[in-house]
Amino acid sequence: MSELIVDAIHTSYGLSQVLFGVSLEVRQGECVALIGRNGVGKTTTIRSIIGLTPPRQGRVMWKGRDISKLPAYRICQAGIGFVPEDRRIFPELSVWENLDIARRPGVWGEAEVFALFPDLAGIRDRRGGVLSGGQQQMLTIARTLMGNPELLLLDEPSEGLAPLIVEQLRDKVGQLKARGLSIVLAEQNLEFVMALADRVYILEKGEVRYTGTPADLRANDGIVKQYLTV
Amino acid sequence: MTLPVFLTNVFYGLALAMNMFVIASGLNLIFGVLRVINFAHGMFYMFGAYFMFTVTKSWGAPFIVGVLAAGAGLAAIALVIERFLLRRLYGKEHLMQLLFTFAIVLLMSDAAKMIWGTDQYSVGYPPSLRGAVQLGPTIVPQYLVFLCAAGPMIAVAMWLAVDRTRWGRIVRAATQDREMLAALGVNVPMVYAMVFTIGSALAGIGGALAAPRIALAPGMDATIINECFIIVIIGGLGHLWGSFLGALAFGFVVQFGTILVPNWQDVLPYLLMLSVLLIRPWGLLGRPELSR
Repeated sequence: MSELIVDAIHTSYGLSQVLFGVSLEVRQGECVALIGRNGVGKTTTIRSIIGLTPPRQGRVMWKGRDISKLPAYRICQAGIGFVPEDRRIFPELSVWENLDIARRPGVWGEAEVFALFPDLAGIRDRRGGVLSGGQQQMLTIARTLMGNPELLLLDEPSEGLAPLIVEQLRDKVGQLKARGLSIVLAEQNLEFVMALADRVYILEKGEVRYTGTPADLRANDGIVKQYLTV
Repeated sequence: MTLPVFLTNVFYGLALAMNMFVIASGLNLIFGVLRVINFAHGMFYMFGAYFMFTVTKSWGAPFIVGVLAAGAGLAAIALVIERFLLRRLYGKEHLMQLLFTFAIVLLMSDAAKMIWGTDQYSVGYPPSLRGAVQLGPTIVPQYLVFLCAAGPMIAVAMWLAVDRTRWGRIVRAATQDREMLAALGVNVPMVYAMVFTIGSALAGIGGALAAPRIALAPGMDATIINECFIIVIIGGLGHLWGSFLGALAFGFVVQFGTILVPNWQDVLPYLLMLSVLLIRPWGLLGRPELSR
């Protein structure tokens, strides 16, 4: 059974509609990728799931329950963790404080998070605002893990990072998947997606245009050209 | 000015400063977290003072009960205002919030006249603090010594709460990115309600503490709100220790101004604000606002 079912959601920012009936499913322990060019609705899909931009129509079912009308904090408490595209570290709080405010009971605590991201342990008293892009990306994932989610919404984690850092990050996300976390990954970096995803959804103009496995996608050059290459 | 006179004035300035700090720190906390400029804060202060009068003079309860009643009473009023009204105005333009809090001032001002009339009241020092204390070459009222101690205690308590507790970390995070905090599982509207309640309770407590040293009458809210704004702006908006310094500067300028240049006494706080802002537009301890 699928843990998360996004059922034909329509989402708008004010008057401008961005999603036109997006549907997708995530099974337990699965990594599902949302891919597509800039502005096709990947971020909006993720914001709709976490409740920051609730859908106008359609439903978001989490473990059999409609969460589309809940405020974001309740959706988080229900076990969905959100890692935003722009990281959104609290700049005036230290690394440790950033982690502490997201703390919720479960297997993930400071020790586990620092074990996964050893670099963060060395800078735990540094202010969030002065971290490098790579450190901020580690911290934003670590912070969300402190809330002990069962499903992780990862929005463009590789954006703006050096290739070496992206490789490390891919490795970390792979470890999270291996530990049983379900993941929705919105990503432009196709290599990153191919390495992690079990299934991919290609979005264009706020609609799902293609669904398949990375192997399907690799075999179908036309699709990649049509929807992904700039 | 002889040394004893000078010291007496330093002390009175300090007592005034600490009383003002208690009130201004609440305004500052609310602005720092909610970004709401609460014009009704002065009215909350006045209600605190009137609560003190009713509880200690009309009902004969001890001073400490008056202080607690003022704090609790204003907390309750603030909670109702926040939950049912103010909550709808977060993120709206400041003008809307100003008009709203000004409407609260008008409503509460009429309510005060209905409950307490327009007579002038006085509360007097509490019996346990009615004595005098020898302070070097000068003698000062015990009650003012108590005020001088209460200010720093409240300052340190607030600093510990905001800087050293998880609740304080969440409050600070709420000032930086409300939406992200919600996505991390924090009920931000509840945090806002708590901050508004605590800040308003401080106005009530400040009013209760001021009641023994001033005359209680309609209109006492108007001066205090201006003075609180001056203190908060001097210190740097949203900065706790800034408000503390601002209150000290205000207390000494007012106290010595009244003695040395009595004709200028009403202008001096504004001159103080003007001179600070000319040198540091972001206040003594504030930081220049980064463009976002």
